[in-house]
Amino acid sequence: MEKELKYIDIVDQPISMHPKKFALWLFLVTVVMIFAALTSAYIVRQAEGNWLEYELPEIFWLTSALVIISSLAMQWAYYSAKKDNFLSLRIGIVFALLFGMAFLVGQWYSWVALVDRQVFFVGNPAGSFLYVFTGLHAVHLISGVIFLIIVLISTFRMEVHAKALDTLEMATTYWHFLGGLWLYLFLFLQMNH
Amino acid sequence: MATATVAHHETEVHDHHDHEHHDSFITKYIFSTDHKMIAKQFLITGIFWAIIGGLLSTLFRLQLGFPEMNLEFLRPLLGGWIDEAGKLDPTFYLALVTMHGTIMVFFVLTAGLSGTFSNFLIPLQIGARDMASGFMNMLSYWFFFLSSVIMFISLFIKTGPAGGGWVVYPPLSALEQAIPGSGLGMTLWLISMTFFIVSSLLGGINYITTVINLRTKGMSFSRLPLTIWAFFLTAVIGLLSFPVLFAAALLLVFDRSFGTSFYLADIYVAGEALPNTGGSPVLFQHLFWFLGHPEVYIVLLPALGITSEVIATNSRKPIFGYKAMVISLLGITVLSFIVWAHHMFVSGMNPFLGSIFMFLTLIIAVPSAVKVFNYLTTLWRGNLIFTPAMLFSIALVSFFISGGLTGIFLGNSAIDIQLHDTYFVVAHFHLVMGSASFFGMMAGIYHWFPKMFGRMMDAKLGYIHFWLTFVGVYLVFFPMHYIGIAGFPRRYYSWTNFEFSNTYTDLNMFVHPGHGNWPGEIPTVYRWPYDYSKPGAAQDFIPQTVPLSQTPESNLPHEQELVKVELEIMKDEAEVLVANESKH
Repeated sequence: MEKELKYIDIVDQPISMHPKKFALWLFLVTVVMIFAALTSAYIVRQAEGNWLEYELPEIFWLTSALVIISSLAMQWAYYSAKKDNFLSLRIGIVFALLFGMAFLVGQWYSWVALVDRQVFFVGNPAGSFLYVFTGLHAVHLISGVIFLIIVLISTFRMEVHAKALDTLEMATTYWHFLGGLWLYLFLFLQMNH
Repeated sequence: MATATVAHHETEVHDHHDHEHHDSFITKYIFSTDHKMIAKQFLITGIFWAIIGGLLSTLFRLQLGFPEMNLEFLRPLLGGWIDEAGKLDPTFYLALVTMHGTIMVFFVLTAGLSGTFSNFLIPLQIGARDMASGFMNMLSYWFFFLSSVIMFISLFIKTGPAGGGWVVYPPLSALEQAIPGSGLGMTLWLISMTFFIVSSLLGGINYITTVINLRTKGMSFSRLPLTIWAFFLTAVIGLLSFPVLFAAALLLVFDRSFGTSFYLADIYVAGEALPNTGGSPVLFQHLFWFLGHPEVYIVLLPALGITSEVIATNSRKPIFGYKAMVISLLGITVLSFIVWAHHMFVSGMNPFLGSIFMFLTLIIAVPSAVKVFNYLTTLWRGNLIFTPAMLFSIALVSFFISGGLTGIFLGNSAIDIQLHDTYFVVAHFHLVMGSASFFGMMAGIYHWFPKMFGRMMDAKLGYIHFWLTFVGVYLVFFPMHYIGIAGFPRRYYSWTNFEFSNTYTDLNMFVHPGHGNWPGEIPTVYRWPYDYSKPGAAQDFIPQTVPLSQTPESNLPHEQELVKVELEIMKDEAEVLVANESKH
C-alpha cells in the first residue's frame, strides 16, 4: 500500500468550507425557492385577470427602514465580536433584536391597514397573496429572532469571541438574508401590484 | 481535476469525535446519529411501506381484474369499505390508487431509496467519518417517521385516506363535498407531506454539505464514484424542488381550511355557488409539477448511480465513459426543472408553450440515451458475473429502455392528447420510473447487504426473486400499453361499464366494403366532400351522393346555377339508362 500511494503525485485537499455554514446557505436556498414559487404564482395568477387593485400599506416603507437598521446593528455586532469588544457586541445584537421585533409589529399594522382598505385574507387572491408573503416572511423572521436570542445568551457565556465566530457569523448571515428577503418582497410588490 | 484550494478549516471541520462509544440501546438503535444505522432505519421503514403500497395495488387490481368478484373475504381487512353486495366501495378504490401512488413515489422510492443509500454510501465512499451533521441526519429520519405515522393513521380513518390522486389537484382535493377522502384524509395527507418535505430537506442539505465539504484527501469531484454523483445531484434536485411543493401545499391548506381562493373559482355544488372567486386550479398544477417532474429524477437518479457501480463491478471493467455519465447526470438535473408542463398538455395552456415544453422534454432523451449506451458498452465483452445485484441492474437498463421509448411518444403534445390519463401513461412510468428505480434499489440491497449487515445473502433465493419479479413486471405493465392506446383511462373504478370498444365496432362495419365495393350502380358524386355544418342544411353533413337539386335550402348562389347543369346531366343519364334497359 505504501508504495502504491507514491504514484499519486499531487494529492489535493478538496475544496471545502465550514459544513454548518454551508448547510445554512443551503437552507437559505430552500427559503429562496419557497418565495420564488410564491412570487411566480403571484405573477401567473395576476396575468389571468380578475385581480383586485389596491394601494400597498405605507407602513411598509417604515418596516423596510427598520429591517435595514436592524441588519446594520447586527453587522456592527459582528465587527465588534471580531475585535473582542463584548459590550458593543451585546448592544448590537440587542438593537438588532429590538428593531427586528419592531419590524414584526409594523408588519402586523400593515395587516390592520389592509383590513381598513377592505383587503382581506379571504377574498380575491391579490390580497391573500400579500398576507401569505408577509405572514410566511414573519414566521421566518421569528425563527431568526430565536436564533439571535440563542446567540445573545451565548455571548453572556463568553462563547462568542474573535476566535469563535462561526455561530455569530451564521446568525448574521441569516439575519441579513431575512432583511434582504423582505426588501425583495417589497420591491416585488411595488413593481407588480 | 480540482484545483489546489487548500481548506482552512481542517481543525474545525471535524467536530469532537468521541472515539469511546458507550451506546445504550436507545442511542445505538433508535435515536442514532450514526449514518449507517440511520440508513438501516430508512431501509426498514421503506420496506414496510413497500409492502403496504404493494398490498394496496393488489386490492385495486383485484377490483379491476375481477369486477364481478365477491370481495366478502376482504371484510376482516377492509370492514365497511366492502358493501353488502361484497363490492369494493368506489371512493375507497380512488383512495387506494392515491395512497399507492403517494406511498410508492415518496415513502418508498424517495425516502427508502435515497434515504438508505445516500446515508449509507456517501460517508463510506468519499472517506468521511460520518455525515456533516449527525443530529440533522437523525432529525431527518424522525421527521420521516412522524410523517409515516400520520400517513399510516390516515389509512384507517372513517372517511378514508386522501382520494384525489397522488397529484392532489384542486378543486377535487380542496372541497370536502367532492369526495370523502378530501376531508380529514386530505388534511392528514398534507400534514404528513409537510413533515416529509422537512425530512427530505434536512437529509438533502446534509448530503450536499457532506459531499462538498467532507471528502477525503485526493477525492476530487472527478474521482467521485458515480453513486455519489447521483446521490449528490438527487439531493440538489430535492433541495430546489421540495420547497415549491411546500409552497403549493401551503396555499392548498389555506384554501381548504381558511377559505381563501388561490385555486378555487366559481364552483357550484348541488346548485349552490361557493363563495370562492378568482382562483386558478392550473396554478396548482404548475406549482405541483415543478416539484412533480424533478421528483421523477429524485427517484431515478440514485438507482442509475447504483447501477453504474454494480454493472462496472460485475463486468470487471471500468465504467464506459465516466465523464459522459457525469455530464449526462448533470444534463438530466438541469433539464428536469424545465419540462414540468409536459404533464399539463391538456390543461388548456397555450399550445405554443406546449411546443416549447415538448421540445425541452424530448432533449432529455439525449442524456438518457448516453447513459443507456454507456451501460451497454460497459457490459460489452466484460467478464460478466451474474450476481443477483447484477441481474437487477441489467433489468433496470431493460426497463429504462422500454419505458423510456414510450416517453418519447408521451412527450409529444399532439399524441399526448390521445394518451393523456390512459393506461399508456401508467405503463410508461411504472416501467421507466417505478420498476427501474425499484430494481436499482434491489440491486443496491443485494450488492451492499454484506457491508450493511455483515453477512451474505442466499444467491439462489436472489435468483428466484429476480426472475419472478422481472417477468412479473413485464407481464403486469406491458399489456397496459395496448389498453392505453385503445383509450382505457386511469383511475376508473370499473371498465365494464365503459363502452370504449363500441366506437370501434361501428367503425369496423363502416370501413368493411364487400366485393366490388358498392352493390349495384357506382354512385355519382354531385358535390365536394366537406359539406359539414352547411348553413341552412337540416343535417350537419351532406354526403357527396346527394344532388344539389335536392338541397335548395342550403345551396350557395353559385351552386344554384350548377343545379341547372346537374339536372341536364341527370336527364341525359336517365336517357342512357332507358336506352340500356330497352337493349336487354
